[in-house]
Amino acid sequence: MSEPLIRIEGLRKSFGALVVTDDVSLDVAPGELHALIGPNGAGKTTLIHQIAGTLQPNAGRILIGGVDLSGASPAARARAGLARTFQITSIIPTLDVLGNVALAAQARSPRALRLFGRAATDEALNAQARAAIAAVGLSARAGAPAGMLSHGEKRVLEIAMALAMEPKAILLDEPMAGVGREESARIVELLLGLKGRYAMLLVEHDMEAVFSLADRISVLVYGSVIATGTPDAIRVDPAVRAAYLGDEAA
Amino acid sequence: MSFTLLTIQILNGLQLGLLLFLVAAGLTLVFGVMDFINLAHGVQYMVGAYLAAALIAYTGSFALGLVLALAGALAIGLVMEGLIFRHLYGRSHLDQVLATFGLILVLNEGVKMIWGAAPISVGVPEALQGSVSLGDGVLYPVYRFAIIAAGLAVAAGLWLVIDRTRIGMLVRAGASNAPIVSALGVDINRLFMIVFACGAMLAGFAGAMAAPILSVEPGMGDSVLILAFVVIVIGGIGSIRGAFAAALIVGLLDTLGRSYSVDLLRLFLPPAAARGVAGGLSSMFIYILMAVVLFFRPEGLLPARGRS
Amino acid sequence: MSAEATSAPAAAARARSRLALSTTAPLVMLALFALLPLLAIATGQTHWLSLINRIVILGIAALSLDLILGVGGLVSFGHAAFIGLGAYTAGVMVDAGRGDLLLVVPAALLVSAVFAALTGAVSLRTKGVAFIMITLAFGQMAFFFSQALYAYGGDDGLTLPERSTVAGFPILANKVTFFYVSLGFLVAAYLLVRAVAGSRFGRALQGARDNPVRVGSFGFDVFRIRLGAYVISGMLAGLSGVLLANQAEFVSPAYMAWQRSGELIFMIIIGGLGSLWGAVLGAAAFLLLEEALSGFSEHWKLGFGVLIVLFVLFTRGGLADLARRLTGGRA
Repeated sequence: MSEPLIRIEGLRKSFGALVVTDDVSLDVAPGELHALIGPNGAGKTTLIHQIAGTLQPNAGRILIGGVDLSGASPAARARAGLARTFQITSIIPTLDVLGNVALAAQARSPRALRLFGRAATDEALNAQARAAIAAVGLSARAGAPAGMLSHGEKRVLEIAMALAMEPKAILLDEPMAGVGREESARIVELLLGLKGRYAMLLVEHDMEAVFSLADRISVLVYGSVIATGTPDAIRVDPAVRAAYLGDEAA
Repeated sequence: MSFTLLTIQILNGLQLGLLLFLVAAGLTLVFGVMDFINLAHGVQYMVGAYLAAALIAYTGSFALGLVLALAGALAIGLVMEGLIFRHLYGRSHLDQVLATFGLILVLNEGVKMIWGAAPISVGVPEALQGSVSLGDGVLYPVYRFAIIAAGLAVAAGLWLVIDRTRIGMLVRAGASNAPIVSALGVDINRLFMIVFACGAMLAGFAGAMAAPILSVEPGMGDSVLILAFVVIVIGGIGSIRGAFAAALIVGLLDTLGRSYSVDLLRLFLPPAAARGVAGGLSSMFIYILMAVVLFFRPEGLLPARGRS
Repeated sequence: MSAEATSAPAAAARARSRLALSTTAPLVMLALFALLPLLAIATGQTHWLSLINRIVILGIAALSLDLILGVGGLVSFGHAAFIGLGAYTAGVMVDAGRGDLLLVVPAALLVSAVFAALTGAVSLRTKGVAFIMITLAFGQMAFFFSQALYAYGGDDGLTLPERSTVAGFPILANKVTFFYVSLGFLVAAYLLVRAVAGSRFGRALQGARDNPVRVGSFGFDVFRIRLGAYVISGMLAGLSGVLLANQAEFVSPAYMAWQRSGELIFMIIIGGLGSLWGAVLGAAAFLLLEEALSGFSEHWKLGFGVLIVLFVLFTRGGLADLARRLTGGRA
């Protein structure tokens, strides 16, 4: 197997006496969709924060594309090829959909902060942005102010922004949070289409989605990974059944 | 440079620091609890001074005048809260800045219309006249000691209220997380009103206490407001402890800087030039301190707990 | 779906009218400005010349503030310091006999840029209320510094012996040509700010106003973007200071008083945040209002303060938005 694009080694984070991330190691191979599940309070959000760089761990290393980025800012991690979506929708409401996605593409372009030339009619960026918007099926809304989109459309816009960054790896922080069944199915469809092209780490509560999407699943309980394996292996793992799926299996 | 002169400067610095604390305490709570930037807090200080001047002259009694001035400052604070500030809590900082800036213009011009542009003076109360000997024949006015004592007493009282009472607990909680306090079923608007009115009264108290030793004039609150901002930024927004520590630091640095920078600069410059440069430089000390503190600790020296 | 279909053309029409307004309004304003001196001369009201000249000069300062405050969302309360720095640079250089605009303007731009870079590097580490207070405090620092310039009048200020020359020619000595020179600077500043605001840099700056975390997550260094905008903005305000010193033939610490910074904010808010040409409109509205109110009563600031409070409590979006609503409201 080739070098994993996301690798986490021995990550630890505690707030006072409370250990929220306890020696977590996991990796995501190129093209792999690795899902992270766990009951509420297991420390998934804290872990995502540490990978994205918005929280610093007490110990451990984070490597993106083989480069050690422990301690780097979120922006530096993004430049190293790590894109992310946010659990709570995070868009730029005053720009239109095209502008939001083009701004994401702009960050990766050679002259990201050019002072002259109209950004809105910058065809190189717009073409990249349109491709990402088309990939998520949002083309009809490209001209709408992002603040006017429905919640489901905003969730998809988040993914388009991540794609426009041409990342090596994508963190998907509960992409289906708060969306209805129908839209949820659309997002699953969309992620299935992206599978194999990016290394993706998916945090999600929707178990049906997770088991249909993931190549591998890691189960986080009380800050520790208690099992990692294929969906089929996880489904029958006795420790997981006991700790996490217990009541559902009963 | 004698030891007694140093003592006097330290006492002056303490006194300035404690006055600044009285102004900054209300301001930092209003920032911390309501995330509200109130530029008009300085005019509360001015209003306190004018009310004290007028009411002491009217009643002929310093104590009675002071008490009435406090009541007046509280009343004006409540009126401004009800009429204007209440409508600005949810608004952007920019709206708050602009509206309270407008209010400063109104109140500065208002006192000018009522009392005129010329400074008015307030006598030191009889009981607090005279001086205390610090040795070497150097005297220090009793009234200035009284200001220091009053400032320390208020600081201690404030600490007791905030640390030991239910309302203090809510204020502390509000400073670090207003939505949670709101979710606990506390009437947040009432809490805001109380914090705001008490802050206004404290600023008014500072103005009233300062009235006999400073000239009472329109715009006197503006420079105090900016010093209070510096205090709050250095101490950490929303933090009473931080405001207390920073107020003393700023008071001492400003006072000592003014008196010693000439001597320091004389080491490098001819006397006339030293005097010229020292004037401006000593006014800049506290801003430089602020910049240094911010560079190393953007949250201030003693940030309110739970805030970052 | 049907709602989308009907609203799309309406939105496009709104966008078109907004675009038309954003190009025609500045042109109309420019034409008006260009004609005003002729009108003033024709009617013999030449004392209006200095007022409209000050509108144009403060228009540049307001425009520069609109870049960081309107586009960038950075509530700077110390912007008058840059005007003062530019003005003092001009004053000191004219006093020293090196007052040619070709020397003064680059010097003022440099001084403002350095001050902006130093103070911005500290203040931009904070946000929200703290940023407002820190910019205010740095403004005061510059104010006290100018008060300490005893060689240049200290608190009383400095009277310029003459106006700056331009490449050796005393063309600023004439009120009318000075006005057109100022107007030329305003147009250049407007085109520059507009180009910057619409550029890749400007889009990132605007994005960081609305959602700095998101813009950072794309890989942008939000701090550096803001610092860049802060420096550009400070330089333009410094330029307006050079013109202001020449117009008044006088500089004093009062140029940097914190009330001046508050007035600049007021200008761009009545003009409509981020609309750029609205900032110039706001400068005009403010100075005309000041002129009218001060002619009415010596206590005009009371009325002005009341107007500000009422304005904030009862309107949002400023004059530019009002114009937009009036013209675009039909669509």
